[in-house]
Amino acid sequence: MTTERTFFEYLVHVSENQSPLDFMLIADHLDKFFFGALLTLEITALALVIGGAMAVPLAIARAYRHRWLNGPIWAFTYVFRGTPLLVQVYLVYYGLAQFDFVRESFLWNPVLSSPWWCALITFSLNTAAYTTEFLRGAIENTAKGEIEAAKACGMSKIQMMRRVILPGAFRRALPAYSNEVIFMLHSSVVLSTITLQDILGVGRWLNGRYYLAYEGFITAMVFYMALVFLISQAFKFWEKKWLGHLRPRTAGSTR
Amino acid sequence: MDSIWEYRSLLLSGTAVTIQLALASLALSVLFGLVGAAAKLSANHIGRRAANAYTTLIRGVPDLVLMMLLFYGGQQIVNDLGSVTGLWGYIEINQFTAGVGSIGFVFGAYMTETFRGAILAIPRGQIEAGVSVGMTPLTVFRRITWPQMVRHALPSFTNNWLVLIKATALVSVIGLHDLVWNASTAGRSVREPFTFMFAVFIIYLLLTACSDVGLRWLERRYNVGIDRG
Repeated sequence: MTTERTFFEYLVHVSENQSPLDFMLIADHLDKFFFGALLTLEITALALVIGGAMAVPLAIARAYRHRWLNGPIWAFTYVFRGTPLLVQVYLVYYGLAQFDFVRESFLWNPVLSSPWWCALITFSLNTAAYTTEFLRGAIENTAKGEIEAAKACGMSKIQMMRRVILPGAFRRALPAYSNEVIFMLHSSVVLSTITLQDILGVGRWLNGRYYLAYEGFITAMVFYMALVFLISQAFKFWEKKWLGHLRPRTAGSTR
Repeated sequence: MDSIWEYRSLLLSGTAVTIQLALASLALSVLFGLVGAAAKLSANHIGRRAANAYTTLIRGVPDLVLMMLLFYGGQQIVNDLGSVTGLWGYIEINQFTAGVGSIGFVFGAYMTETFRGAILAIPRGQIEAGVSVGMTPLTVFRRITWPQMVRHALPSFTNNWLVLIKATALVSVIGLHDLVWNASTAGRSVREPFTFMFAVFIIYLLLTACSDVGLRWLERRYNVGIDRG
């Protein structure tokens, strides 16, 4: 006597026994991967916003060689750019607990004992260091004529910064910034090393639970690739919008 | 501070492993980079496609993901391939191999772009002149392309190397007894995680600072006789 099999059971059978990747298992855990992607995006985006906001004043101070601030800011960016993000995160998350005064302070309970906060703080400082340096370069590269024109119009220093220097510098920094955003997304895998379930964290969990390396890590790979694709499409759009005047013109071509 | 001194040999051996890992990955990445750049600049469109797919893939995937895929999944595929083709026997992929393989593969893609740009910066006429006086492609590469390519590639090469050193820290996550792994183990056992991680922090800072100084010096050497605007 043959038993009837539903199509679903047939799919499960193929997936477990014949397919090189157990796609039904991946489909079962897809929601976990989406939550992982949310965490990855949440921390990356928040860190980019906070770090970016920090970088603007720091870059201005560096570009104009502020008498007291230039040295310390240089030291900050040098130290954060010269060491691995993993070590920075470990130092904050595992390291700070060594000190009693940290554990007894008001910051301990909601903030410094939580991996989420530790990651956010470290990521923000890290991206602030990188962004400061290339934004400084973009500010220093402002054309002399633009500044002279702004002065000739009678703009104050603050007006000149707000209307002329920063808008141009942000435009020039855009290609480098798109690299920084993708670099930050790549670096966010460090989250999975401090017990957080980001995309890679879910992949590692799947590997640990079912002992299936390909299913976990290839799915994670696909998720990261999709995110990088979306980010680079967005930056292509913005570069077209804000750097359109720099695109090479060619006769008779639409591109 | 006493505990650092007590565990100095563990930290030093970890540093040695990290440096070995970085240098081996660098060698592999230069190899991948040269092949990739040659493929991108070749007339063969399959080669160009493959090299473009390679660099696009690497831009899309974080290095730790590839490392884990290679470490946990690579063993199986390498040995399946070996038994099907009969070319090799059992190969064990340990943490060091997985680290060198994945970091070399990832940075090979960045090196591809570095070398491609450097080769494109050499005026085409020089290579044509070399061919016209009867040099073989290998001689052209050795006498004309390489010496100038190094000069053009060095700034970006320096940058790639600095990022590569920092990427080696990730190998501790798959359990290689490198600097980070040794230090966190020691830090846990004496309950001074900050002290030990701070030592790692300083050692990495020294490594990147020394490489920075050394490669800048090399850049100056290769730029001897070139006018700077």
